[in-house]
Amino acid sequence: MDPLYREYIIDHYKHPRNFGELEPHDAEFHDRNPLCGDEMGVHVALDGDRVSDVRFHGSGCAISQATASIISDELKGMTVPEIAELDRNWLTEQIGIELSPTRLKCGLLSLKVVQGALLGTREWPGGAEEGEDLTPEEAAKARSEI
Amino acid sequence: MEATTASGALPRTVDEIRADFPILAREINGKPLVYVDNAATSQKPASVIEAIDSYYRNSNANIHRSMHQLAAEATESYEGGRVKVASFIGATDPSEIVFVRNATEAINLVRYTWAREQIGSSDVVVLTEMEHHSNIVPWQQLCQERGAQLAYLTVDGEGKLDLDQLDAVLAGGRVRLVTVTHISNVLGTVNPVSEIARRAHEAGAKVLIDGAQAAPQIPLEVVTTEADFYAFTGHKMLGPTGIGVLWARLELLESMPPFMTGGSMIDKVESEYSTWAPPPARFEAGTPAIAEAAGLGAAVDYLSALGMRGVRSHERDLTAYALDRLADVPKLKVHGPRSADERGSLVSFEIAGVHPHDISEICNREAVCIRAGHHCAQPLMRRLGVAATARASFSVYNTRDDVDRLVEALEKTKSVFGI
Repeated sequence: MDPLYREYIIDHYKHPRNFGELEPHDAEFHDRNPLCGDEMGVHVALDGDRVSDVRFHGSGCAISQATASIISDELKGMTVPEIAELDRNWLTEQIGIELSPTRLKCGLLSLKVVQGALLGTREWPGGAEEGEDLTPEEAAKARSEI
Repeated sequence: MEATTASGALPRTVDEIRADFPILAREINGKPLVYVDNAATSQKPASVIEAIDSYYRNSNANIHRSMHQLAAEATESYEGGRVKVASFIGATDPSEIVFVRNATEAINLVRYTWAREQIGSSDVVVLTEMEHHSNIVPWQQLCQERGAQLAYLTVDGEGKLDLDQLDAVLAGGRVRLVTVTHISNVLGTVNPVSEIARRAHEAGAKVLIDGAQAAPQIPLEVVTTEADFYAFTGHKMLGPTGIGVLWARLELLESMPPFMTGGSMIDKVESEYSTWAPPPARFEAGTPAIAEAAGLGAAVDYLSALGMRGVRSHERDLTAYALDRLADVPKLKVHGPRSADERGSLVSFEIAGVHPHDISEICNREAVCIRAGHHCAQPLMRRLGVAATARASFSVYNTRDDVDRLVEALEKTKSVFGI
């Protein structure tokens, strides 16, 4: 089995859930991964401070598109303070695959635009910096496995 | 043109050539390396690595200043590199070779010196849709600064330019510079640079050629390109990073003001003003990349010993083979000219339903190193209607086996994505 391109990843890539525009919406944000040009936008509808609906749109690699699809249902029902706490570790649990340093931002782009829409943040989610929670040996091993 | 008619055989077998490149012996994921990302950077033969090593072990000193033996040897390493590069590209005088960091810096040098003095309000800079960002952004900046205009020549469906468009914009009478890539880093298109230069000169414009892709792979006579400026980089032509070249005719260089200022580039320094050294020193402020010049000299020696006609012939045949093999892969589309005779040694492609980064990732599992992305050519990506492409690019040490391994990896990619 491929370590990255699991069947469900390919399925989410080919048939993304909650994909498209959402009208009306209460918050939106759009961003790019400057390294590779992947684009991701999001529309969010709120019920109070709770997410009632979400749609992603954009284009990019299987990892960025599938990640958006996978987390889209999880985001529904979360509050804005809860979404502010989401980071790399949460994302990795959701998608069920470990992302190498070169592909990490592909996965984090969807979370970044959601936090951008709801919190006005422009920073990458926690844990985005390449191997910041890895020892030098782990980081080197991760890079060699890219 | 010369690039399309070059013939010749390599004086040694490709297996013998491969043995000169230490990195080709390594494995990735337990599989022998297939390196087909040469348009990004080439690998280095042992002779280049040894030239750099030997310089630091035996001759390291600063050049042009000290009177001792080591300084003399260092100066010889550096200036010897200049003489070799001049000979390699058919320059008439080594003083026409200005060492810079890379092709980007060569283009910026022209932008900040000649162009800043010569291009003014309502003048026009002509470029093409197939330029690398390094030959776009400096001219955007110049035009914003000087109030000048950019005019893009478009790229047709087969990745070629239409010189009627050039004639039309030249007829406006305000073109001061035509800047064009010799070989496209995305499409592989070999542009008719001599014809472009002839037409531009008739209209009184100067011509800059971005030779970053061309210098490593075709027999090059800068004088016969009729360019005024020719820019290229060392690391794509078997040499080290950190050194590139701007070539220009000596009288043009002599007319130009300095780029960066400081040590080494002066004639004399008074308290309130200075005067400039003649070219090329005028454009080489500060301690330069001495070891890298020695390494580039060794790279040029290596390519010269093989003969650039043989290099071109080998890479043309490999590109033709790759075009044939890729044409048989369903759902795969190749960009650029259909014939290898009209191409440099690279092939950009896409597979319907698979993002190029995913192609690249799966190729890497098979130890096949390709490039995926916008290739620093976003205007061209928009023209092609894609966000990115995958690209395989060949050097003299690549083989038909490498192409076969690439095609196998692409088949595997399609299988993973259920295509």
